[in-house]
Amino acid sequence: MHQSTDTAIGLNLLHANQAGADHNRAHFDEWGITCLNVMSSPGAGKTALLEKTLAALSPTLRIAVIEGDMTTELDADRLRQYGVPVIAINTGRSCHLDSRMVAGGIHTLAHEHNPAELDLVVVENVGNLVCPAEFEVGEHAKVALLSVTEGEDKPLKYPVMFREADVLLITKIDLAPYLDVNLAHIEANARQVNPHVTIIPVSAKTGEGLDVWYQWVTSTVRQPLPIAAVH
Amino acid sequence: MTKALILTVRGWWESQPEQPPVAKVFLTVGQFTCVEPAGLQFAFEVQTQGTFLDGAELVIQETPLIAFCHPCQAEYRPEIGLRYGCPTCQGPMEDIRSGRELKIERVEYANTPASVP
Ligand SMILES: Nc1nc2c(ncn2[C@@H]2O[C@H](COP(=O)(O)OP(=O)(O)OP(=O)(O)O)[C@@H](O)[C@H]2O)c(=O)[nH]1
Ligand SMILES: [Mg+2]
Ligand SMILES: [Zn+2]
Repeated sequence: MHQSTDTAIGLNLLHANQAGADHNRAHFDEWGITCLNVMSSPGAGKTALLEKTLAALSPTLRIAVIEGDMTTELDADRLRQYGVPVIAINTGRSCHLDSRMVAGGIHTLAHEHNPAELDLVVVENVGNLVCPAEFEVGEHAKVALLSVTEGEDKPLKYPVMFREADVLLITKIDLAPYLDVNLAHIEANARQVNPHVTIIPVSAKTGEGLDVWYQWVTSTVRQPLPIAAVH
Repeated sequence: MTKALILTVRGWWESQPEQPPVAKVFLTVGQFTCVEPAGLQFAFEVQTQGTFLDGAELVIQETPLIAFCHPCQAEYRPEIGLRYGCPTCQGPMEDIRSGRELKIERVEYANTPASVP
């Protein structure tokens, strides 16, 4: 006699990743660290923004970077010049960071530095507008970048990342005059999918708008974090 | 995403008192997620080869994106890729009622001989 059995699971597909993300966040909370997950398509200017941010804020905030460069240490080397801890995660061919990879980075960080002395950990995700949005890594806020060269319609075509973002940086605005692009259209498209997102237009090249970004970072770091126990 | 799915199913399967072979995995996947059903199906087939899920079929039920407009007190269907605001009042997409699901509903075990008492 044969039988076929059905068993209900009722788990989120990302359950395993979410458990890891919650664990990472508990570590950050225990150490009093705010974690930002920085996401964009390849080349939107994540590393350039981080370089400026480290130069401007590392005197007042104690920052470390977890760098999700696909295969090389290039981005990590650019950031190490600013004298902050930079942990490079080799993501191999993965098109996004997951909580397990970031856990590896956190453990390296905790091993080589005193995490209780840090205020802010910035995670530079793998350049990709699709997958990183679904994979929490333990961040307290999601930062999305969209460069003006990518076109006004990207929030409509890749809505999930823009829906999930807490703050959207429209980058490379120094190039806007050379392109057929309207910043107001980009903002309106982003607000269609995420009416409450904070939008900050910036240029890492000219420095325009960066003070607003620095204020956002500083106020986010200064907010008291929820107290959570490490499980 | 395929890896995340397999990890979650494995974690669940290993926590079960018995581990009979899995014949089918049933998912609910919303249209407003980064998952593309055909791509997931293909990757699942490839990445489960030689694992405990080898040969298991992935059955995906898609759910539409449905938003709720508060000013209009009405549900509407945004046009993915084109327009997300309310067609009546042009308000932005505030609440999502359906379309963000990424759920493993259930598994069906392979036909196994009933245990002899
Ligand atoms: N004109 C201009 N160019 C910029 C700006 N920010 C970045 N770039 C250029 O854009 C290119 C990509 O910048 P990155 O900072 O490497 O971008 P990224 O997002 O870190 O790239 P990946 O990590 O490879 O995904 C570089 O050539 C930068 O010099 C900007 O504000 N203005
Ligand atoms: Mg980079
Ligand atoms: Zn309406």
